[in-house]
Amino acid sequence: MAGPKIDALGQFSLTTGLGPLGRAVDFTNSNEAMLAAAAIIVLVFALGLRAQALVPGRTQALVEVLYEFVRDMCVDTIGDEGMRFFPLVFTIFSFILLGNLLGLFPYFFAFTSHIAVTLTLALFVFLFSTGVGFYTHGLRFLKFFVPAGVPVWLLPLLIPIEFISYLSRPVSLSVRLFANITAGHVMWEVFAGFMLLLAASFGVLGAVAALVPLGLNVALVALELLVAGLQAYVFAILTCLYLHDAVHMH
Amino acid sequence: MRIPATTLLLALSPTAAWAGTMPQMDFHNPLTLTQVGWMVVILVVLYLLLARWGLPEMGRVLENRAQVIARDLADARAAKAEADQRAMALRATIAQARAQAQAEVAEMTTKAKARAAANAAALAARLDKNLAESEQRIARARAEAMAALKPVAVAACEAIWQKLTGGAAPAGSAPGCVDAALAAKKAA
Repeated sequence: MAGPKIDALGQFSLTTGLGPLGRAVDFTNSNEAMLAAAAIIVLVFALGLRAQALVPGRTQALVEVLYEFVRDMCVDTIGDEGMRFFPLVFTIFSFILLGNLLGLFPYFFAFTSHIAVTLTLALFVFLFSTGVGFYTHGLRFLKFFVPAGVPVWLLPLLIPIEFISYLSRPVSLSVRLFANITAGHVMWEVFAGFMLLLAASFGVLGAVAALVPLGLNVALVALELLVAGLQAYVFAILTCLYLHDAVHMH
Repeated sequence: MRIPATTLLLALSPTAAWAGTMPQMDFHNPLTLTQVGWMVVILVVLYLLLARWGLPEMGRVLENRAQVIARDLADARAAKAEADQRAMALRATIAQARAQAQAEVAEMTTKAKARAAANAAALAARLDKNLAESEQRIARARAEAMAALKPVAVAACEAIWQKLTGGAAPAGSAPGCVDAALAAKKAA
């Protein structure tokens, strides 16, 4: 079949980035976007911290808003110990947020659409919070799987359920982010490809009809902008919640 | 060229999307895992930069602002307290000055009244004395006049007697007559 085809998944395929040097060390196009995200974060901090003014300028206000947003999230969710995990949560939040936002631009790679990336992040959060739990409470952390105030005869049923739900945390955490970003980008690609198909199939009439998927794509930009922020927030707040569980056990 | 509707539907259906190999699930591609390795490197560097430099620096800026605001507020409160204190002292001073002025006014009034009363008393005494002296003088003049009245009456009586009778009145009768007439006048 000749003519345009809808290749909704080609946008996610990995190649090597940074020229021959990147090829030599398997530095991918996804890593290029990660590097850009990290560079933007550091750059914004560098610009925002240049003046260190009492009355902040625009960039400083941006950094302050981000800082206070994540700090309040940490302290409110985790509790007084929240500040210990603040740099970690901030790094994860800003990295995912910038990754999601950069992915919205044409020709940019959305690295949060890769399950390998999100699963690594989620597994790190899972293992880290579990480690914090055992570090804080020792073996008593295992009591986390025993719900309080439950009849003893129910425990053989409830403990496996609690355990499985605990183990499902990294799965839900990673799939949520991966699926949201992937779905958004696939829809964009499908609608865009649909426009080409319509124009190719039905000529002028098709080109006019293609305005409908174009409008949908414009609306999707707004939705994806929301999803980009929301998913970064959800990932960060769940990280905080898991850390809260590890520190306080319920 | 015409594309059958079934092809369109197939291309749009989710199964079609999954039918092709999903690059995210292609774990035969070494890049799928190497991107994770590089991500770890990038994240560690980002974490170290943020944790060691960016976030503490930002925290210092915010803390500094909070301190400046707290200090300014404390300064303002202290200044207000001082102003209140000064206003209170001012009010107290004004009240004291007013009380003192009133006391002085009252004292002056009392003194003036006393002086006026003394002056009035002195004047009254002098007037009384003058009055008494005048009365004495009047009484004396009256007594002298009264004393002079009898010889005049006697002389007049003798003169009248002489004009009526042509002869001198009997010596010694005129004063007795005058005395009797005066006594009758006094009795009437």
